[in-house]
Amino acid sequence: MKLYCLSGHPTLPCNVLKFKSTTIMLDCGLDMNSTLNFLPLPLVQSPRLSNLPGWSLKDGNAFLDKTELIDLSTVDVILISNYHCMMALPYITEHTGFTGTVYATEPSVQIGRLLMEELVNFIERVPKAQSASLWKNKDIQRLLPSPLKDAVEVSTWRRCYTMQEVNSALSKIQLVGYSQKIELFGAVQVTPLSSGYALGSSNWIIQSHYEKVSYVSGSSLLTTHPQPMDQASLKNSDVLILTGLTQIPTANPDSMVGEFCSNLALTVRNGGNVLVPCYPSGVIYDLLECLYQYIDSAGLSSIPFYFISPVANSSLEFSQIFAEWLCHNKQTKVYLPEPPFPHAELIQTNKLKHYPSIHGDFSNDFRQPCVVFTGHPSLRFGDVVHFMELWGKSSLNTVIFTEPDFSYLEALAPYQPLAMKCIYCPIDTRLNFIQVSKLLKEVQPLHVVCPEQYTQPPPAQSHRIDLMIDCQPPAMSYRRAEVLALPFKRRYEKIEIMPELADSLVPMEIKPGVSLATVSAVLHTKDNKHILQPPPRPAQPTGGKKRKRASDDIPDCKVLKPLLSGSIPVEQFVQTLEKHGFSDIKVEDTAKGHIVLLQEAETLIQIEEDSTHIICDNDEMLRVRLRDLVLKFLQKF
Amino acid sequence: MDPECSRLLPALCAVLADPRQPVADDTCLEKLLDWFTAVTEAGSSLLLLQENPCLVELLFHVLKSQDLSSRILSFSLRLAGIFAAQEDCFQYLQQGELLPMLFGEVGPLGGAAWTAPAVRSGWIQGLRTLAQHPSALHFLAACGAVDTIFSLQGDPSLFVASAAGQLLVHILDLAMRGPAEGRRSPQACDWPACAQKIVGHIEDSLCSTAIPQVTQALSVLTTAFGHCHGLWTQGLWVRLSPLVARLLEKDPVPASHSLVDLLLSVARSAPSSDRGLWETLAQTLSHLSPTQAGPLALGILKLQDCFIHRLPKDKRDSWSSPAQSRAGFILRTCSAAFCHLPSGLTLWILGHPVPQALRTQAFGILLQPLACVLEAAAQAPGPPGLLEGAAADSMMVDTLLSSKSACVGLLCCALAHLGLLQPLPQRPSPWPQAPLLGAAVTTLRLCSGSAAPTSDVGGRLCAILVGCGRVQRAALDFLGALSQGTGPQELVTQVFSVLLEYLVSPESSSMVLKKAFQATLRWLLSSPKTPGCCDLDPHTQLFLRELLPVLQKRLCSPCWEVRDSGLEFLTQMTRHWGGQAGFRQALLASEVPELTKQLLRDPESYVRASAVTATGQLSSWGLCATPASPECPGAQQESLLVELLHILSTDSEGFPRRAVMQVFTEWLRDGHADVAEDAERFVAGVLQAASRDLDWEVRAQGLELALVFLEQLLGQRSSHCPYAVALPETAPPGVLDQALQVLCRVQLFEFAFRALFDCDRPVAQKSCDLLLFLRAKAAPCGSSQEAGDSPNVASVEATLQRWQAGEQGQPLGYLEPGAVVALLRSIDLEGLRDTLAESSDHVEKSPQSLLQDMLAAVGVLGENEADCY
Repeated sequence: MKLYCLSGHPTLPCNVLKFKSTTIMLDCGLDMNSTLNFLPLPLVQSPRLSNLPGWSLKDGNAFLDKTELIDLSTVDVILISNYHCMMALPYITEHTGFTGTVYATEPSVQIGRLLMEELVNFIERVPKAQSASLWKNKDIQRLLPSPLKDAVEVSTWRRCYTMQEVNSALSKIQLVGYSQKIELFGAVQVTPLSSGYALGSSNWIIQSHYEKVSYVSGSSLLTTHPQPMDQASLKNSDVLILTGLTQIPTANPDSMVGEFCSNLALTVRNGGNVLVPCYPSGVIYDLLECLYQYIDSAGLSSIPFYFISPVANSSLEFSQIFAEWLCHNKQTKVYLPEPPFPHAELIQTNKLKHYPSIHGDFSNDFRQPCVVFTGHPSLRFGDVVHFMELWGKSSLNTVIFTEPDFSYLEALAPYQPLAMKCIYCPIDTRLNFIQVSKLLKEVQPLHVVCPEQYTQPPPAQSHRIDLMIDCQPPAMSYRRAEVLALPFKRRYEKIEIMPELADSLVPMEIKPGVSLATVSAVLHTKDNKHILQPPPRPAQPTGGKKRKRASDDIPDCKVLKPLLSGSIPVEQFVQTLEKHGFSDIKVEDTAKGHIVLLQEAETLIQIEEDSTHIICDNDEMLRVRLRDLVLKFLQKF
Repeated sequence: MDPECSRLLPALCAVLADPRQPVADDTCLEKLLDWFTAVTEAGSSLLLLQENPCLVELLFHVLKSQDLSSRILSFSLRLAGIFAAQEDCFQYLQQGELLPMLFGEVGPLGGAAWTAPAVRSGWIQGLRTLAQHPSALHFLAACGAVDTIFSLQGDPSLFVASAAGQLLVHILDLAMRGPAEGRRSPQACDWPACAQKIVGHIEDSLCSTAIPQVTQALSVLTTAFGHCHGLWTQGLWVRLSPLVARLLEKDPVPASHSLVDLLLSVARSAPSSDRGLWETLAQTLSHLSPTQAGPLALGILKLQDCFIHRLPKDKRDSWSSPAQSRAGFILRTCSAAFCHLPSGLTLWILGHPVPQALRTQAFGILLQPLACVLEAAAQAPGPPGLLEGAAADSMMVDTLLSSKSACVGLLCCALAHLGLLQPLPQRPSPWPQAPLLGAAVTTLRLCSGSAAPTSDVGGRLCAILVGCGRVQRAALDFLGALSQGTGPQELVTQVFSVLLEYLVSPESSSMVLKKAFQATLRWLLSSPKTPGCCDLDPHTQLFLRELLPVLQKRLCSPCWEVRDSGLEFLTQMTRHWGGQAGFRQALLASEVPELTKQLLRDPESYVRASAVTATGQLSSWGLCATPASPECPGAQQESLLVELLHILSTDSEGFPRRAVMQVFTEWLRDGHADVAEDAERFVAGVLQAASRDLDWEVRAQGLELALVFLEQLLGQRSSHCPYAVALPETAPPGVLDQALQVLCRVQLFEFAFRALFDCDRPVAQKSCDLLLFLRAKAAPCGSSQEAGDSPNVASVEATLQRWQAGEQGQPLGYLEPGAVVALLRSIDLEGLRDTLAESSDHVEKSPQSLLQDMLAAVGVLGENEADCY
C-alpha cells in the first residue's frame, strides 16, 4: 500500500493511494498562491497599475502543482472531500488521459461549480492582449527580481481553465450521499462521511474486508451550518490520513467573528466602508448570520450589505435548498417551513443585496457607507480589485480579511501605499490541534499519516509545541513529491465457499470449539472476488478425445493421506511399547519434546510438538510397527 | 409564659402527640423550639414543666407511641434537651426516668425510628443542649451515649456525622472545664473518665489505617482547638501531638486537608510558645505535596493577626505600664488597629511570634510555583529569582508538568494566596515585589502564547498554559493586587504592555477582559504623578493613546459582557481623571464619548445601565460627545438630559432606570451646569417620572434626589451621628417659606407622601426620614398654625388615609406650604418610623400567633370550626 503525495499544501491536498490493485486520488486542491506574484487584473482600467514602471499585465492565471510522480491516466477514481479541494479537477480530468470516475456529494459539486465558474468569469472578463511565457525559462527567471526569481517550478504554472473544461470535468462526477457504500472493482469499498466543515464536505473511508484506511480532510467540530462531523465511523482504522487542519491554529473562530463584528461596526459608525474579500460560499453564510443578529443591536440596520459575485445569487439560493446537508437546527427550520439561513430575511428586508458584478444595477443602488462582500480573496482578480482602488485612499475605510488562504500582507502589496485600515480576522473552522488530539484519542487509529507541517510547531512559533500533532506512535509525515509505503501489511483475504462445497465438508472437533475439515476445491478469482468451488468430478474416460484444452485440465487428484492431529502422551506410549514386547526403553527429555530410545533395537523415536520421527536402521518392518503404534494415539481426518 | 399561651399549650401538645394530625410545616417546630429556648433562658424550666404538665406528658407519650413521625420524635428529643439543660429540671426529669428512656438504649436508639437521619440528628442536638452541667456528664456515662456518638461520627448523613463530632468536643470541654481545670496536668491520669474515653478514642482513630477514621479524629480536634479556649487544650495538644506527627511519616500523608486545618487551628489557639508546634508545622510543610502545602503556608503567614484576637481577655486587662495599657486599650477597643502599633511593641505584647525560619519556609512554598515559571521562561540565567539563588524544586517542576489540571490548580492557588497576603500588614518582609511582578507578567505571557521560552520546561509549560482562562484570571487579579507596591520602571512598562496585549487580543474571553480592565485601572490609578505637575506622567499618556482605540473597539463588541466592562472601566477612569488635561485631550480626540452615547440604546439592559452611568460621568466633566453643530453648543448636552429622562420614563428594564436616577442625583449634588440652569424644572420632571416607577429602588433613589434638593434649599442635615450633641438647626423663616413654595411647585410632597405609604419598606423608611428632616427644619415656623384647620388640610388628610389603606389612585393636588407644615405636624412620623423599623412579620412573630397558627392548621381552634358553618 503506497501513498503518492502530489501536493505539499496541507489544506489543499492531492494524494494518490494505491490499495489492493486500485489507484485512488484523494482530492485535487489548487494552490493559487502563485497568483500573488502577478499584478491585479482590474475590471476598470487602472492608470496606477498600468503605469507601474517596467511591468505590464501578463498571464496572471491560475496554476497547478503537478509532478511526474505518477501517471495520472492510471488513476481509477478521484474522491473529493469538499468544494475547495476540487478546484484542480479540470486539469486532471481533461489533460492527463484520465478515464476514471470522480465521486463527490451534490453540494460539493454544485458549490464547486460556482467557485470554478466565478474563477473563470473573473479571469475571462479581463482578456489580455498578449501573453508571455519566455520568462519561465530558467536562465531568464534567474535574472528577475525577487520574489519571481525564487518561485519554484514556474514551468508547471498553467493558464486558467475554460468553462468548457469545467463542464466536461464536472460531467465525470458521480454523486454520492453520506454513508453510501461504493464498491470499487470488488476490491475496496469507499464511503463518504460528514466532516462538518462545509456543505456536503466529507471524509472518506476506504476499506477492504480486513483493512481500513480513513481519509480525514477539512473537518470541523464547531457548530456552524453544515451537518456535524461523523467521528464514530472513523474508529478502528489501520491508517488515518489527516489533512486540512486549520491554517490559523492560534485564532479561535468565535473570537475572530467578534473581532470582525467590532471592527465592522467601528468603521461604519465613523462613516467608512467595509470591504470583505471572500469566496462566494462557506464562511460567508455564517458571517451573514452573525451580522443578522448583530446589526440591530449595534444600530447598523440602515447600513446596506452588498454581496457581489457572478454566482452570488446561485450561492445564496443553493444554500437554502440543501436541507439534508445542514446541521440539525437548520434542518428543523425547513419543516416549519422557514428558510434555514437568515440571509433570506436580510434579502427580503433589503438589508442584503446581491449583484453579479459592479456593472449594471449595482451602480444605481450603490450608497455609502456600506459593507461589501466580494471576491477574490487573493485581491488579484474579481470585483474586489475595483473596491481596493476605490476605497484604498481613505483611512475611514477598512478591509477585513476573513479567508485564511492567502497572506494578507502579500495580497495587499500591489496596493501600497494604502491609507485604508486593514484588519486580519482569519476565520478557519477546521480542526485545531487540541481537537485533533481529542479526535485521535477517540478514534484510535493504528497509524496516522499527515503532512510534515503538522509534525512540528510552526516555524514562526517554534516554542509552541502545542501546535503540532501529538500521538502515539508518532505520526508519519509526508512532503510534496514523496512516495510513502504505508506501515501495514495485508495479511488476510476473504474467500467464499460455495454452498455445495460447504455441504460436503465434515468437520471434526480436534479441540473443544475448534473443528477442522480438509477442503479440496477449485479457487475461482474474478473481479477481485475469490470463491471456492467444488472440484470437478474425476475425469471421465476421455473417450476418443486425445487433445484436451488447457482450461479443461483437471488437477491431479491423488488420494490424499489423512491428516493427523493430537499429541502423544509419552508415558502411555512407553507402556504400549512395553506391551508390544519392547524392553529396555529409555526416555530423554529434550527442549522440544522427548526422545524414546529403544536400545535393543537401536532405534530412536523423536516426539516433538508438531512431528514425530522414527529413526531405525533399514528395518522397514520395525518402522511400520512403530508407526502404527504412534498412529494409535493420533486422530485422523 | 403568658396565660394565653399556657391555655393553648395542652391543645398543641395533643396535636403533636396525635399521629393522625401530621404537622405540615417543619419551620413551625423550629420556631416552637426557639420559643421554648427563649422561655427557659428567661426563667426556670422546672417551673415551666410543673405549670404545664402537658409538656412532660407529651414526652412520655412520644416514647409510647409507635407510629409517630420522625420529625415529632426528633422535636421531642430536642425539647427534652432544652428542659434538661437546667440542672434542677434535669433532676426532675431523671426522677421520672424520662431521660434514659429518651436518650438511652431503650429509647429510639434501638428502634426502627433510628433509621431516620432526623431522629439521629435530634438525639445529638438534644444531648448537645442537655450537656451543660456535671450531672449531665454522669448521665452520659451511665447511658453509654459516648459510644453511640463515636459510631455516629461515621454516619452516612453528613449533618449527623458533623454534629456528632461537635458534640464530642462539647462533652470533652464540659468534662475538662470546671474547678480543677487550672491544675490539670498534661498527663491523663487525673482527667475525668469521660474525657479519657474520648481522648482515647481520638488516639485510636489517629493510629488507625483507615483514612476516614483519621479524618474524623482530626476534625474533632480542629473543632476542639477552634472553639474551646480552656487551658486544658494545651494539655491535649501535648498529649496528642506525637500521634499527629506520626501521621507525617506516612507517604502519602493521610487526610492532609484535615491535618492542615488542625495544625492551623492549634497554631491560632495556642498562646504558648510551643516549640514543638512550630517544628511540627515545619515538618508538615516539607512533607506535604506542593498543592497541599499551599493553604498551610498561607495560614502560617497570616498567623500574627490571629494572636492578637486570641489574646486572653484577662491578660489584656491586667497590663499596668503605660505602654502596656495603651496597647491593651487599643486591643480592647479596636482590635484592627494593631497594625499601627510599633512592631517591637506588638511582638513584645504577643511574646510568641512565629519563628522567622518557619515564615521563610512557608513563604518559600507559596513562591515556589512562580519561581519555577520565572526560571522556565528565563531566556538566560538572569538576575536572582524569587528564591534567592535556590533552584526551583524538582518536585515542584514535576507537579507543574504532570498534568494540565495539576499545573493550573497549583498556579491559581499560589497566585490567589500571594494576592491575599499582599495587603496584609504581617506579610513577609522584604516583600519581593519586583520578582513577583516579573512572575505575574511571565505567567500572563505564557498563557497568551507571546512568551517564547527556550528551555524544555518552559516549552512544556507554555503548551499547558496557552489559552488557559483560569490562570489568566488569577494572574490578572494578582497583577492588580501588586499595583499597590512600586516596581522598577522597566517592569512597570512590561506590566502595561502585557495588559495592553490582553486588552487587544481577540482571544481574551469576556471574563479575562473584565479582569484585564480592572487590573489596568488599578495600575493606571497607582501610577505616580510627575512631581511638580498635576497632569499625568508621559508614560501614562502614551499608554492612554494606545488604550483608547482598544476601548473603542471593545465598546463595539458583539459580546455584551465586553461592552459592559468597557463602559465600567471608562466610568472609573473618568471619575478619577476627569480633570486631568492629558486624559481629557486624549479622550476628546477619540470616538469613545460618541460610542458611549450610542450605547444608551443598546439592546442589553446591563449595558444601557453602564452607558447611562458612563455618559453621566463624562457629562459631569464636560467630556460628553462634542456638539454636532458648533453654532449651538448647548444642544448636545440638552439632548443628553432629555435622552436620560426618556430612558427613565420608557425603559422596560430596571437597571438603566436606576442608573439614570443615580446620575441625576449626582448631577444635582455636584451642580451640573444643565441641572443648575433650572433645577426646579429638573427636579419636578424627575420626581414625576420616578413616582410612577414600578421598581422600588428607583423610587428610593428619587427620595435620595429629593433629599439632596432639600439640603440645597435648606442647608445640610445635622451630623449623622445619633449621639452627637447639637441643637436643632432650623432654617430662618424667610428662607423656609421660599423653600416650601419651591417644594410645593415641584410636587415633592406628593411624591414623599406617596412614598410614605409605599408597599416597599425601604422606600417608606426613606420618605419618613426625609419628612422628619423637613419637619425639624420647619419647627419654629408657627405662623401657619391656623392652616391646620382649613378644609384643604382635612381633605389632604383624608386622601392620605386612603393612600395608607392602599388606594393610591387619587392625586393629592396642589398643596399650600402652610398646609404642608400642618400636615407634617399632624402625622405621627416618629410612630411611623418605629413601626417601619420593625421587621415586616413582627405582628405574626409572637408565640401566641405561632401556637394559634399551628392549631388552626389542623383545625383544632374553636373559632375555625365556627367558621365552617
